[in-house]
Amino acid sequence: MRESKSVQGTLLATPAMLWMIGLLIVPLILIVVTSFGQRDPDGNVIYTFSLHNYIRLAGIKTNCGDGAAVCFDSLYLRILVRSVGLALATTLLTIVLGYPLAYYVARAPARRRNMLLFLILIPLWTNFVIRVYAWIRILRAFDLLYTPQAVLVGMVYEFIPFMILPMYTSLEKIDPSLYEAAADLGANSLRTFLKVTLPLSLPGVVAGTLLVFVPVMGTFVVSDILGGKQFELVGNLIQGQFLDARDPTFGSAASVILMGMTLIVMIIYTRKFGFGEEVAIT
Amino acid sequence: MAAIAVELRDVVKEFAEPEKKGEAFAAVNHVNLQINDGEFFSLLGPSGCGKTTSLRMIAGFELPTSGEVFIHGKAMGKTPPYQRPVNTVFQSYALFPHLTIFDNVAFGLQMKGVSQLEIKPRVQEALAMVRLPGYEKRKPKQLSGGQQQRVALARALVNRPEVLLLDEPLGALDLKLRKEMQLELKTLQREVGITFIYVTHDQEEALTMSDRIAVMNRGKLLQVGDSSGIYESPNCRFVADFIGDTNFITGKVHSRHGDTVSVELTSGVWVEAKSDQALNTGQSVTVAVRPEKMHIRSGTRLPNWFEGRVTNIVYIGTDTHYSVRLPGDQLVRVREQNDMPGYSRPLANEGDSVWVGFAVESARVLVE
Repeated sequence: MRESKSVQGTLLATPAMLWMIGLLIVPLILIVVTSFGQRDPDGNVIYTFSLHNYIRLAGIKTNCGDGAAVCFDSLYLRILVRSVGLALATTLLTIVLGYPLAYYVARAPARRRNMLLFLILIPLWTNFVIRVYAWIRILRAFDLLYTPQAVLVGMVYEFIPFMILPMYTSLEKIDPSLYEAAADLGANSLRTFLKVTLPLSLPGVVAGTLLVFVPVMGTFVVSDILGGKQFELVGNLIQGQFLDARDPTFGSAASVILMGMTLIVMIIYTRKFGFGEEVAIT
Repeated sequence: MAAIAVELRDVVKEFAEPEKKGEAFAAVNHVNLQINDGEFFSLLGPSGCGKTTSLRMIAGFELPTSGEVFIHGKAMGKTPPYQRPVNTVFQSYALFPHLTIFDNVAFGLQMKGVSQLEIKPRVQEALAMVRLPGYEKRKPKQLSGGQQQRVALARALVNRPEVLLLDEPLGALDLKLRKEMQLELKTLQREVGITFIYVTHDQEEALTMSDRIAVMNRGKLLQVGDSSGIYESPNCRFVADFIGDTNFITGKVHSRHGDTVSVELTSGVWVEAKSDQALNTGQSVTVAVRPEKMHIRSGTRLPNWFEGRVTNIVYIGTDTHYSVRLPGDQLVRVREQNDMPGYSRPLANEGDSVWVGFAVESARVLVE
């Protein structure tokens, strides 16, 4: 009985597993393999094992202008640091701006709650690129277009619903009698928030962080349109290598580094906070 | 006379009714109540009677629309819950799921700024009091319902409140555990000597535990008294009906001698019953008699004895319940104890004609 159930489970999972293997695992392997390859003068990939692309990303150059054998160019490292910095800033801002809103919606009367959630989701019905274009006019009016701030504004705007929704879910699940219990035991509203509301909503913040940080790390549309090439991110670099520079090997290497960095940040983060499940409770 | 712990003075609480715009519904309607220091006081009534709202006004979760709540003589006004000298045991326990049992119980002391040095022994003492020593490091989810209930009790009592408010705290427990906890609560209350205000819809629970009971219905306070007072001399039909079983016999006031009232039933026969209320001749009244105060005899000519026909017999071991149809189609229930020596045989069979009656002192005239 037990065995047949596990066989059944495996069968049921097979289509999804094939999908993942074919469209995620295999392309990932291709990217890693390509990143060690080299580009021939016609733009084709020569599959070898060369660390050339990674050395270039690290900024170590051999053809220096001043005749030195080796010199250092921090261009790509700056792009990487900028990407991580922007992702952290976006995540933090979406938490700070989204939390009060999520709290407000969670504490609203039940029948108004669905309406408010609906309003938060409405922007997602319009194409992302079109909405980012709309920001051009707004930001130009404030003389902010093509600045780092413009990119940050666009990022926060784009990703805040993904932060609000999990935080709302966490906050909405808190039994209102816990607030009363805290008040009954002598906690004013601030202490109730710090001792009860905040810790109980942490799983939502963690889940939201995973949903925001990871896509922001890889995105290139916002910085492309609102940053006006002044604010290049890893996403733009990768896109440029594949489409403009026609060097898939260097683009792949940048992709591998991007995945690696995202993974490292996420491992550190989830080690500390979990994946946003109810770890704090059990 | 003991000092008064809690007083409700002409308290009204109105809630807006969402269905009827603008119209307010009085959940608590001009309630006056005094609860003595150190007593186990129950607010008893069906759901929606205003008992929980009354409790929540004492706790400070709701503010009265009009009237005033006093705790040890101090008017509470708009004092928020966290500044009131009371603690609550919630129906759902409301334990903090992210905190250990220790931190749950220590919560109130931490909020009050009690030193860490003092918190530890006090928490341990409170957990020992509810018979849960050694559970400090667990989380609420790892405890059974009964254990969670005890933690909730410890979390409230550790603060040594002037008054402990309990909102149907045993509602979620199974019957056996409930009975155990009733006795435990009563014992605990005697030990700590704190005033308990206990909200319940379970009349048996209220009778078992309370020093005094207030019966409420539809926002109004109907009767306040000790268990036997409420049971033996209910002051209205609702109280008589809500607490225990009662036979209601309807009729009109015929005459009165002192506290003995003659009532003429619709069937034309007369009964005599006791009343301390003002009555007018001809007034419609109800005579209330408990089934265990009614008896079956083979024949007598005393007052309040009638001939009737047995329509149903239910044997339940300690007692036998008889349904008897009186003249005028009035159906009454009679509960006879099976305490005769040897094998208890029924006093009558279904369809038999019997004499049914009760002592004048056992019957009360109720106006409503």
